[in-house]
Amino acid sequence: MKNLLSEKVVGIKPSGIRKFFDIVSEMKDAISLGVGEPDFDTAWHIRDEGIYALEKGKTFYTSNAGLKELRQEICNYINRTQEVAYDPISEVIVTVGGSEGIDLCFRAMINSGDEVIIPQPSYVSYEPCAILSGATPVIINLKPENSFKLTPEELKKAITKNTKLLVLPFPNNPTGAIMEKEDLKEIADICIENDIYVLADEIYGELTYKGKHVSIASIDGMKDRTILINGFSKAYAMTGWRLGYACGPKDIIRQMTKIHQFAIMCAPTTSQYAAIEALKNGDDDIKMMREAYNQRRRFLINAFNDMHIDCFEPFGAFYVFPCIKEFGMTSEEFATKFLTEERVAVVPGNAFGESGEGFVRISYAYSVDSLKIAMERFKNFITKLRNS
Amino acid sequence: MREELLSLIEKNSRIDTKDLAVMLGKSELDIINELQKLEDEKIICGYHTLINWEKTSLDKVTALIEVKVTPQRGQGFDRIASRIFNYPEVRDVYLISGGFDLLVTLEEKSLKEIARFVSEKLSTLDSILSTATHFILKKYKDHGTIIDEQIKDEREIITP
Repeated sequence: MKNLLSEKVVGIKPSGIRKFFDIVSEMKDAISLGVGEPDFDTAWHIRDEGIYALEKGKTFYTSNAGLKELRQEICNYINRTQEVAYDPISEVIVTVGGSEGIDLCFRAMINSGDEVIIPQPSYVSYEPCAILSGATPVIINLKPENSFKLTPEELKKAITKNTKLLVLPFPNNPTGAIMEKEDLKEIADICIENDIYVLADEIYGELTYKGKHVSIASIDGMKDRTILINGFSKAYAMTGWRLGYACGPKDIIRQMTKIHQFAIMCAPTTSQYAAIEALKNGDDDIKMMREAYNQRRRFLINAFNDMHIDCFEPFGAFYVFPCIKEFGMTSEEFATKFLTEERVAVVPGNAFGESGEGFVRISYAYSVDSLKIAMERFKNFITKLRNS
Repeated sequence: MREELLSLIEKNSRIDTKDLAVMLGKSELDIINELQKLEDEKIICGYHTLINWEKTSLDKVTALIEVKVTPQRGQGFDRIASRIFNYPEVRDVYLISGGFDLLVTLEEKSLKEIARFVSEKLSTLDSILSTATHFILKKYKDHGTIIDEQIKDEREIITP
């Protein structure tokens, strides 16, 4: 009998998050801190623009790379925030979320035998997408003592003659770590010296609470070797609109657009019109949400400090990543026990890579009132554990 | 921190000073001092509660009254405005640009009481030219808050 399935796909481990999701969905009354998306609704003026596009009958395909006006606005945005100038015609593609951009980038660049360096803990897609594209993933286990930053030494150790691409996922999901300008310069030097390209996933760039986010594309010599992935989901609370973009060298963008053209055709038209409004008039929305996240971030860090939980201070995204090793359980055991005893869902850190073992991801895309209740339950839980 | 503090308590004046301190990254004493200053400078003018009276057994009628007046020499609208806002039953008085001059709002137990205020007090004041009274039938949104909004978290419980 013929083998029904692709061995490559079958060989990929299912997401650890999925497994935990199935346990959580059994519990009807659980409070969740497990969500990786904003709690804010998309700002009304952005939604209104989407509705208007529908009313006007703008319901057709757009060009493969996306509406020209949107690409122009994307370039304006990157220019005003990072002072990097991209050409809207040849160096930008509008994608279905940042995730599609990640997948396209691997598929456009990888030949079999190429190595892709993936720092972990990080977003669940990089490793499977790299494998599907035929790459050999090389994992760097980031360390809490380095505030989960990628250090030059760790990078150098992972490089071989086959290294083609480095995934640089900062601000980071799940740790909340950021890379500052000085950190990036050191990484950039190594990439240039070893002729390595960078897939910079900067989807959380606007959610940085210590200075302004710096893109590695803005470091001297890096624009030509960076594929910058960003999107509207986190900054503008537009997850369900499924819209992102990739910017990079035109030869790579051209091949990415080819795959996108055959596999997707174009990103959703309604979302593209809404996104133009977001980029033109959404700066205040971002500021409002960033302030709210920062208040919650401080609230959680303070709560963990009060409980003497080992937790480094994250300066990006909307996650904290406390260490739970003192309780002598795996992340999954801890999360499952916490869920069944206190009805609060958090995500086990090992879902984001082996180096996430011993940690849990806690999202603060929730109101302070919900976080307050959740932290009281966390306190009850660990007090019981410490006294047992 | 002043503006951030104000925008936090504008939405919820009951957050306690300890939480405010943590959320803004300041000490509790800083927050207490700043609030005191804001009160002294009359930047914070009061702490009110937004009540949906419709859900209680008390009946309340709210009216918006458009008032046209003759401004007075040397004092413009201020004098007549103060004559109006000194009535305790008057809730708001705004000077308005456009077709009329002052917008007065009133909250009373019945239509009759509002009618009595307009006919016996307001319209008898010197320099009032005319009034037009509108009654509020239903409040959908008040002070930036959608009345009776059902908030439900539509998100999946766990997402990457």
